Amino acid sequence: MSTYRIQGATGDWEVVIGLEVHAQVTSNSKLFSGSATAFGAEPNSQVSLIDAAMPGMLPVPNRECIRQAVRTGMAIEAQINKWSRFDRKNYFYADLPQGYQISQLYHPIVGEGSLTIDADEKAGIPADKVIGIERIHVEQDAGKLMHDQHPTMSYVDLNRSGVALMEIVSRPDMASPAEAGAYLSKLRTILRYVGSCDGNMDQGSMRADVNVSVRRPGEELGTRTETKNVNSVRFVMQAIEHEASRQVDVLEAGGKIVQETRLFDPTTGSTRSMRSKEDAHDYRYFPDPDLLPLELDDAFLEECRASLPELPDAKRARYVGELGLSAYNAAVLTADVDTFAWFEALLAETASAQGKQPAEVAKQAANWLISEFFGALNKQGKSLEDSPVSHEQAAELLALVGKGTISGSIAKQVLETMFETGDNAGVIVEREGLKQESDTGAIEAKVDEILAANADKVAQYREGKVALFGFFVGQTMKAMAGKGNPQVVNEILKAKLG
Amino acid sequence: MSVDTATVAKIASLARIKVSEAEIEAMVPELNGILAWVEQLGEVDTSQVEPMTAVIPNTLRLRDDVIDADPLTGGDKRDAVLANAPAAEHGFFGVPKVIE
Amino acid sequence: MTELTELGVAQIRDGVAGGDFTAVEVAQAFNANVAAAQEALNAFIIATPEKAIEAAQATDAKRARGEALGKMGGVPIGMKDLFATFDVQTTAASHMLEGFKPQYESTVSQKLWDAGAGMLGKLNLDQFAMGSSNETSYFGNVISPWKRNDGGNAALAPGGSSGGSSSALAARLCPAATGTDTGGSIRQPAAFTGTTGIKPTYGRCSRWGVVAFASSLDQAGPMARSVQDCAIMLEAMAGFDAKDSTSLDLPVPNWEAALSGDMKGKKVGIPKEYRVDGLDEDVSKSWDDGIAWLKDAGAEIVEISLPHTKYALPTYYIIAPAEASSNLARYDGVRYGLRDLPDGANLQDMYAATRAAGFGPEVKRRILIGTYVLSAGFYDAYYTQAQKVRALIAQDFAKAFEQCDVILAPTAPSAAFGLGENVDDPLKMYLNDVFAVPASLAGLPAMSVPAGLNREGLPLGLQVIGKAFDEQGVLNAGLALEQRAQFSAKPEKWW
Repeated sequence: MSTYRIQGATGDWEVVIGLEVHAQVTSNSKLFSGSATAFGAEPNSQVSLIDAAMPGMLPVPNRECIRQAVRTGMAIEAQINKWSRFDRKNYFYADLPQGYQISQLYHPIVGEGSLTIDADEKAGIPADKVIGIERIHVEQDAGKLMHDQHPTMSYVDLNRSGVALMEIVSRPDMASPAEAGAYLSKLRTILRYVGSCDGNMDQGSMRADVNVSVRRPGEELGTRTETKNVNSVRFVMQAIEHEASRQVDVLEAGGKIVQETRLFDPTTGSTRSMRSKEDAHDYRYFPDPDLLPLELDDAFLEECRASLPELPDAKRARYVGELGLSAYNAAVLTADVDTFAWFEALLAETASAQGKQPAEVAKQAANWLISEFFGALNKQGKSLEDSPVSHEQAAELLALVGKGTISGSIAKQVLETMFETGDNAGVIVEREGLKQESDTGAIEAKVDEILAANADKVAQYREGKVALFGFFVGQTMKAMAGKGNPQVVNEILKAKLG
Repeated sequence: MSVDTATVAKIASLARIKVSEAEIEAMVPELNGILAWVEQLGEVDTSQVEPMTAVIPNTLRLRDDVIDADPLTGGDKRDAVLANAPAAEHGFFGVPKVIE
Repeated sequence: MTELTELGVAQIRDGVAGGDFTAVEVAQAFNANVAAAQEALNAFIIATPEKAIEAAQATDAKRARGEALGKMGGVPIGMKDLFATFDVQTTAASHMLEGFKPQYESTVSQKLWDAGAGMLGKLNLDQFAMGSSNETSYFGNVISPWKRNDGGNAALAPGGSSGGSSSALAARLCPAATGTDTGGSIRQPAAFTGTTGIKPTYGRCSRWGVVAFASSLDQAGPMARSVQDCAIMLEAMAGFDAKDSTSLDLPVPNWEAALSGDMKGKKVGIPKEYRVDGLDEDVSKSWDDGIAWLKDAGAEIVEISLPHTKYALPTYYIIAPAEASSNLARYDGVRYGLRDLPDGANLQDMYAATRAAGFGPEVKRRILIGTYVLSAGFYDAYYTQAQKVRALIAQDFAKAFEQCDVILAPTAPSAAFGLGENVDDPLKMYLNDVFAVPASLAGLPAMSVPAGLNREGLPLGLQVIGKAFDEQGVLNAGLALEQRAQFSAKPEKWW
């Protein structure tokens, strides 16, 4: 149970949140036409006669879009409806050439499912929480209006018109901005794992309509508002916070909440009523007579299921269970497709470079990746995607550490040089003479020198000041320019000091 | 069920057809005549009947996800798309300014 | 030699192929007739004589090179102005689309051009194919070439919505024309003008590029002056189209080759519900004639029952307007067609003004009915109920076809009426399609063939309805009727 409350002047209020997420289905061509879907094309260049709703044009559905919706449904363990159909949602707007959106109201392709958001004490989510998902349906995106190009006209670009969207409708199961944020992040992660949506929120590939209402704890649901097209996790959380407090203010002032569509303004973090959508809509949904019912056969569903990747929760559990990673590391590494893909490539290459099983080197690789490599990337303001060091190069570096060729601290130095020069670790180690010294004879000679030069400290040590051991290690390493194998140094020192 | 002037005005607004009051007045009896006539369908017992979904038994085909596979249904034809536009400017369709 | 414009599709095709005359000669002859009749009949919205000549020249050149000619090689035709034709004005007979030049060609028209046909022009019709008399066209009424034999001079309706097609055929302005049939729009005009037309099974002809009226009902088909000509042209028009989700993925049979008027072993169903009280005596008599002819052709006559017949028209007048109200939402003045932008108008004002100015009264009436029956609170009572009754109507046919191979009925309840006689009462106008609509609702192939003249000297049509996909059965029964009706009447030329 969330303990999130808004403290009003007259007492506490609970927030009830549901999200309708529009996720652009990853496909080459549009839902009902062959035009391309790429982001950022010249205006109206990716528009077919169908997308422009020329007279007599007809829709033919794209198999890939249907497949991705089904795979997404499977990923949230939802009911997959083998019989679904497309309906027309009728309304007039300049970004909607047909005068209707082809969507699915009565028989969506995906029914009831759920996803689990993870406990996050800091964010006020005390335990894992299951968020219900009512349905996923497939529908057409609208075009885009531009208002700032001409003093008296808006311009219409239909490039997006007809691009496939999944509308993923949650139950009103979220009770705090943090839960909504966690839901959206988790959903995004799942979509990216499945490959059904690229999750690029800044390009509009994923956006949420946020339904918010407030109520006194335990009471009936209040009237909700819908804030449209919020396009980042942070904005969703802001919109909820703002909208919930606004509603509390209205109610506490004796007012009523109007069920309406609102718009989020990212510059102020506030919501406002949307003028253009003011009139109550009567969408006159009815089955699209240009399309037959969509019937999926077992072979289709089987392929969808078989092509599903390991999903985030399962992967995280495996990282902990099989690879022995800490819960924290497992969570970090499975949070995104790019991260786990990088990690798994690194792991495979590290294991093979060292002739070991992945589980034997996983911890090393995970720790190094998270604490060393991410830090180094961060310093350069880079992400895994544009990392100047490849996972093959990283694996080579790790193998050098694993085999004892260089020490961990030298590895840091080598990594820095790799970032600067792009050279391979082995080349750098060779060139700069960074190889670790493991030869006992050589180390013994150095240790003898150090002990001889510090006879007083040796005496103190032997009298019981064992903390001095670190001093001898430091001195030896310094004398060896950091290249002495720390383990061997330790062993020899211990033996000689007795 | 029958319609009055307010209902006709509301339908006309939903359908985005501007109608004068005189037109609405004339339409009310006309539409009521037609509606009264179609309402005889209410007599038919359809409690055991599924609504028709396909006129001729046929299944929905799905097409392959290929860009511009058929030039007739593909994109990359801005000129053709804009050719008949009442207001086409800089590659866009122009409409009266919309305030969102 | 007979005048070229008296010839039908088969005769022109064979004559051109055989070198009896050139395709250009044929095109010129029809072009001349089109031009001469335009003022009086108004059958065409625009004539395209140059297109007809161009296609004819191509055919003649092909022949000169010794290449095989297409199924419609050298045949000039009229194109109902509901089919999008590349860069040639396509209006659906509406002010809304005046001046609209599609940058695409409908599948059906393309197939016809590919088969060697040429275009004489774009034929007038009821606006957006909504009407039964061709009186709803923005471009003026089409006049039927027929006159009553009462010595009066009343202008008669050519039927609708394919009224330009039927009038042009009867007046010998073209040997064949395309039609579309949503609730009788091929059959009723054919019956009114003594011509022949077939609406094939829903899905036979692609709807791609045909201005939509009611998607689940719209079906293109040929109109001509003989059953054989319809068979030939239907072969050219039909066929699977991946661009139309409701297109039937079936091979196109060689209907012409399999034509036979021999009805031995066939059962012909006579639906008792079509024998309505007060049925026009002449219509009733022509139906009896038809029954006798098919019996003569060897068929066995069986009485059948289509119990939900009386509900077909009301069902149609819910479903068709509902679909139309949505299909016609795209006419908004943004991307093509009319834009009416009053001073200071916002986007929604522009829509309302554009659609008020662009649509005619009948189109508006149907959009409003359709909007109403789909609106919140009424959807189930009207639309869902209508789709259920529609299922029952289709079931009626399925059961009837367990007892018979084809069904024989009148095409229309009367012969052609005078222009203006029915315009004030939409319901009376709608009743024209009472016999045509049931087959449309069930998606079945159905054709009208001329049966004779009534006492006023006006043609009457007989309708053959067949099982889904059995165009052959329909054409064959049509041929059996045609062979016995010996219909040779034609309107006296007054234009």
